[in-house]
Amino acid sequence: MTDLTEDKIRELERKANKIRQLIIEMLAEAKSGHSAGPLGMADIFSAFYFHILKHDPKKPNDDSRDRLVLSNGHICPVRYAAMALAGYFPEKELMTLRKIDSRLQGHPHRSALPGVETTSGPLGEGLSQSIGMAIAAKMDGKAHRIYCVASDGEHQEGNTWEALMLAPKYKLDNLTLVLDRNNIQIDGDTENVMPLEPMADKYRAFGWETIEVDGHNMRAFVDAISQAQATHDKPTAIVAHIIPGKGVSYMENNYLWHGNPPGIADVAGAPPKDEQVKVALSDLKKIEEEVG
Amino acid sequence: MLNPKLYLNEKVFDSDCEMQTTRLGFGEGLLEAGKADRNIVALSADLTESTHCHKFAKEFPDRFIQCGVAEQNMASVAAGLAVSGKIPFIASYATFSPGKNWETVRTTIVYNDANVKIAGHHSGIVTGPDGATHQATEDIAIMRALPNVTIFIPCDSNQAKAATLTAAKINGPVYVRFTRDKTAVMTGDKTPFVPGKVDVYWESEKPVATIFATGYMVYHALLAAKMLKEEKVDVEVCNVSTIKPLDEQEIVRLVKKSGAVVTCEDHQVMGGLGGAIAETLAKHKPTPIEFIGLQNTFAESGKPQELLEKYKMDKNAILAAVKKVIARKTS
Repeated sequence: MTDLTEDKIRELERKANKIRQLIIEMLAEAKSGHSAGPLGMADIFSAFYFHILKHDPKKPNDDSRDRLVLSNGHICPVRYAAMALAGYFPEKELMTLRKIDSRLQGHPHRSALPGVETTSGPLGEGLSQSIGMAIAAKMDGKAHRIYCVASDGEHQEGNTWEALMLAPKYKLDNLTLVLDRNNIQIDGDTENVMPLEPMADKYRAFGWETIEVDGHNMRAFVDAISQAQATHDKPTAIVAHIIPGKGVSYMENNYLWHGNPPGIADVAGAPPKDEQVKVALSDLKKIEEEVG
Repeated sequence: MLNPKLYLNEKVFDSDCEMQTTRLGFGEGLLEAGKADRNIVALSADLTESTHCHKFAKEFPDRFIQCGVAEQNMASVAAGLAVSGKIPFIASYATFSPGKNWETVRTTIVYNDANVKIAGHHSGIVTGPDGATHQATEDIAIMRALPNVTIFIPCDSNQAKAATLTAAKINGPVYVRFTRDKTAVMTGDKTPFVPGKVDVYWESEKPVATIFATGYMVYHALLAAKMLKEEKVDVEVCNVSTIKPLDEQEIVRLVKKSGAVVTCEDHQVMGGLGGAIAETLAKHKPTPIEFIGLQNTFAESGKPQELLEKYKMDKNAILAAVKKVIARKTS
């Protein structure tokens, strides 16, 4: 990675805001999909696509690329928006999300869209696939890195813990897990549905190098990635504390926006459904002006 | 009589016929495939020796991944290896893989078009004393329902080795089904294994019924055919070693000769070989069919032969089914 200058941080924040606006526009057009998760992860996806990853949007299958695996596939609008901004495909294609004949499936599909690395959506399967990619890279002496974004909710799947046991056994220091710790899932707050805490202690107990960060602080997140890259003989887990719905005032920290797109339903505490898209975009425009 | 063009074992009906397991053939095929291609890797979920991965693990320790008792993880780790250019074989008992981990297989391997080979062991009630928990009797149905997957069920150890080597060369998901118990070695060194092809192992000029058998049941179908021959009832016995894609054209051609069908599989009669044959014939040549297999029940502990008799899947049951289907044809 290059040095993270203050100018670069502002650029990443601008990109994150643009990603958020695209997420709202895509979901409004699709009239279907998840809102809070993608909005929460926009900063981290901006950091990945515009600073951390070694990748070439024109060569999505280049063997030397870093792999970014999205395990919680339902937040794919954030990935699609970041990929479009990075030049993987035209921005206007984002408006085909979830529609017939689209490459942008409701949950990402490897064969449909180059660059998504793998098919995901059913929870708890991305970390295992990332482990397979990390073992393959080690076997072949390749230097690329594997990053896996996983949600907190999918830590209720047994497969996640099977994977958490395997990665330290094989000393996969080319693997970094980024936990999207946004504390919500479809049925409510994670600690009410099925308590997960203490997450960081659990990773440590399983033998992972573990770092906790504010997932909206570019410098803190990029520093954590640097620390992961400098760690040897074990994988790293970055517990990124995320505000779900970040940037849209009425969505922030409200689990009711986990599975809803804006503009479809009247939701407690939100503007009437006809105004939800407008208010969301207006909130984000205000932030855009503040970032400058 | 045995089809002379297939170079089958002439001693198949003798008491000293060589007996062997298909899992042995898998182990030999895996080792040979591993020697030929350095991208072949093997994954186990704590059943390395009984699935015969141990020779590969010893020869290629750096290409062997022990996942522990975690079949979902094994399947999805294999998917990650496959999209990175490796050719993984995952081996466990079929009740666990692709049973317990079926959705993981569906999403990360089959839908994802990952080049993973799934070796399902301990198939059928002939798994024996372990009991119904370990006897995979629904695996063909759950794998056959998936698009984009090839399914091989070898009839003996030689064919198991050939099917394993063939699976390694196919670019895409393959399920191969193996058994724990020994069966007669019916094929020889010169017997071809052609993926996607139904082979007539016991042929007749004017068959009155066609028996389609797969895996372990091919031998028992041959035993029944020989008994029927002695009663002057001429049938044909066909080895369906590829369940998917199914050799529909050849099946219809063979059935047109006889007009009656018995299917034999060590699996539930729903959704497996019998279901596949019935679907084909319903479309192209409606024909009376009798189904040998587990009749909507679980089996139990016991010796393989005892179980085959109790659950009406032995040579006598096949013989009775042939007579029944012939009677239906003429009624």
